[in-house]
Amino acid sequence: MKALMFGWEFPPHILGGLGTASYGLIKGMSRHKDIDITLVLPKPRGDEDQSFLKIIAANKVPIVWQEPDSKVLKDSLEGRITTDEYYNFRNCICEDNRYIGTNGIGSVEFSGRYPDNLLEEIRNYEAVAGVVCRSSNFDIIHSHDWLTYDAGVKAKMITGKPLVIHVHATDFDRSRGNVNPTVYNIEKYGMDMADHIITVSNMTRDTVINKYHIDPRKVTTVHNAVTPLSKEILDIKPNNNTGDKIVTFLGRITMQKGPEFFVQAAKQVLDRTPNVRFVMAGGGDKMAEMVDLASAYGIVDRFHFTGFLKGKEVYEMLKSSNLYIMPSVSEPFGISPLEAMQCGVPTIVSKQSGCAEILTKVIKVDFWDIDAMADAIHSIVTNDAFAEHLKVEGKKEVDEIKWEYAGDKVINVYNQVLGYK
Amino acid sequence: MKSICLYFQIHQPFRLKRYRFFNIGADHHYFDDANNEAIIKRIAKNSYIPANNAMLQMIKESNGEFKVAYSISGLALEQLEHYCPEVIDSFKKLAKTGCVEFLAETYAHSFASLRKENKEFEKQVEAHSKKIESLFGQKPTVFRNSELLFCDDMVDRVANMGFAGMLAEGAPQILDWKSPNYVYCSTANQRVKLLLKNCGMSDDIAYRFSDWGWREFPLTADKFANWIMNNPDEQVVNLFMNYEVLGEIQNANTGIFDFFKALPNAAKNRGIRFATPSEVINNNMPTDQISAPHPTTWANATKDLSPWLANTIQNEAFNKLYALTDKVNRCSDKQIIDDWYKLQSTDHLYYMSTSFYNQSFCPYDSPYDAFINYMNVLSDFNKRVDSFFTADISEEELNSLVKEKLALEAELAALKSGKKVSKTETKSETTKKATKETKKVVEEKKVAKETEAKKKTKKTNSK
Repeated sequence: MKALMFGWEFPPHILGGLGTASYGLIKGMSRHKDIDITLVLPKPRGDEDQSFLKIIAANKVPIVWQEPDSKVLKDSLEGRITTDEYYNFRNCICEDNRYIGTNGIGSVEFSGRYPDNLLEEIRNYEAVAGVVCRSSNFDIIHSHDWLTYDAGVKAKMITGKPLVIHVHATDFDRSRGNVNPTVYNIEKYGMDMADHIITVSNMTRDTVINKYHIDPRKVTTVHNAVTPLSKEILDIKPNNNTGDKIVTFLGRITMQKGPEFFVQAAKQVLDRTPNVRFVMAGGGDKMAEMVDLASAYGIVDRFHFTGFLKGKEVYEMLKSSNLYIMPSVSEPFGISPLEAMQCGVPTIVSKQSGCAEILTKVIKVDFWDIDAMADAIHSIVTNDAFAEHLKVEGKKEVDEIKWEYAGDKVINVYNQVLGYK
Repeated sequence: MKSICLYFQIHQPFRLKRYRFFNIGADHHYFDDANNEAIIKRIAKNSYIPANNAMLQMIKESNGEFKVAYSISGLALEQLEHYCPEVIDSFKKLAKTGCVEFLAETYAHSFASLRKENKEFEKQVEAHSKKIESLFGQKPTVFRNSELLFCDDMVDRVANMGFAGMLAEGAPQILDWKSPNYVYCSTANQRVKLLLKNCGMSDDIAYRFSDWGWREFPLTADKFANWIMNNPDEQVVNLFMNYEVLGEIQNANTGIFDFFKALPNAAKNRGIRFATPSEVINNNMPTDQISAPHPTTWANATKDLSPWLANTIQNEAFNKLYALTDKVNRCSDKQIIDDWYKLQSTDHLYYMSTSFYNQSFCPYDSPYDAFINYMNVLSDFNKRVDSFFTADISEEELNSLVKEKLALEAELAALKSGKKVSKTETKSETTKKATKETKKVVEEKKVAKETEAKKKTKKTNSK
């Protein structure tokens, strides 16, 4: 079975959880030898792991006929695709895309990020999808997240192959309910056109059914999983010289992640508990507000901000923590608590997170229930046996949450959509 | 002649209210009174009262041939006295018929019997027996432990308290190929006779009675009595279950009351009689010995302690709780002793189980919730106990004094038992004097401390 996938991010160049999730899922699916996956990305950097899938660089695919000099062409392609592939794609241009700004080889320059002209990039990506889907044979189309829904729909319209869309998040999660109508429109259109919808949690499934009015029969939940940590990461030594217990918030400091509840809980705990420090790691548009809040509470001597952490720093921070908290207001899944558990860190998650549906060896609180959160923090930092229990049992539990199982479920969905079973 | 030995367990814990860590030191009331009241009243209405009426009627109609035994935990009695005194009255009526036996258990429905280092277990059993005697005018002679907990280690302690027998689960790990339908005695102490629960037949009534998918559904009294009659030459069928089976676990609509009402006649027609545990124990010689090196309980699948003491947090809570025993026992504050009992119910540990977590009657969302709440309460309780003693003596000092005292007492006892060889006699006499003196000093210190603490608490109360 051949699947054509549309994605936006892929490790090692990731901006959020989407890239990590796509990687894990595809890797999990790839252990089935009869599954052949091609992934279209706006701007791959060339250092992606291509051992278990084929990546097509959308920024090298021509959408307007050009006849570049062979040397110029070779330089422009940068080895992302071969010249043969280039000519093959060029033969598949069936639409007039000249209204789109292209470069010398007739391709679009994508940023591969989330720029201000995101809607334009989405439209250009859709045009690329029109070319790519004509150039090869496949059985099913799979679009990851709303940026690629239009591309998936386009491919479905042209080839008539079934479309599966994978909802990693909805705009209701990102905006705390103040939905952007344009984004909603794209999401709704994609969901309407899809033959099947995969959501990352039952919570997201409910949103898709109730807020986007989709027939429940075509929505299936496949919970995310987590990739085992590499030895290099496992060997990172905890680095905490303060002698205090460290409670960590790690993620983008945005409205969606509920950082203010973390600060408020910290205040309650710090008022009554010695030998605890709180760390808010990450950057985001709410950071200044949180600094103000912590100062207003007068807890900045024990409440620290690290700014944006990347790569190994994230795991260094996790490993040095005694407790990890994700108080998200609305989290479709949330892989980071699973990573904390892999590092052997006791974890508190909000009940409004998708991962709470599959985790039992964590503490779950409502994001707004600051008293409960503070109580749980206090209990873990003051009771070593409790922390040890969560550490050991949590690690055991998370080690059994594997992408292979998620991959199997996605393949089941494919079979169902294709009528194989 | 075959007999049926019917015994019902009644226990309701004092469930804790939501107790946050910032309440520690500020709020000394731990219990969810509204919820506890609602639950005990509901169960009394659905189960205890109609069931007691049914039992009374059965005793009268059978001219005293129907017999039944109860074990009611001290905490359940307290709640019944407080919220549903009519239930206590109807038990008194039952007690007067002479066909009802009350069994001994731990006052707090606790696992104190697992702690060998102190006398908390004995203390609680004694407190419970006293309570039963004062309410129903009977002194219990047969013992049953919380959750039918039984193991070899505790048999001597049960025997030393003067009980001739105890109840236990007919767990496969101790029975092996043997039948539970005989009287046994314990390997550890052969003076103690054992009645083992017939798990299959007890659960037929308790859990399968209304199960439409069960092969034997519907269960009638005649069918049940036939099973007992057709069992080849066995002495006694021990049917042990929660009293809530009548009316709560098995709804009245299922016909459970009618089943029990029909049972005496069905049994009589087949030559089966009813007997209380003490009658069974007195009238039968033990058939064989039973040994339980590891604790057994009436837990559904595993028949061991795993629902209560399996994971680390349960053990942590259990150990932290009983680490307080000596300190609490030196307090004379009634409120502290009361709370001490209420905190010991096995239920609190059960709520922390991470593997048996689909119980509808659990007041918490998760085992961790239960643990956090319980430990908060426990740390406040610990502070209260500490503040009972004067502040100027540190905990270590206090503990060392207590240790010293215990060591001296042990020495004294050893001396009294006269096992010492005559050679060391003169020497021991001098130590005797010395110990007496030091003991006096320690006691004086203790009394002084306690009175001071009392003054302190009085002061705070008046404030």
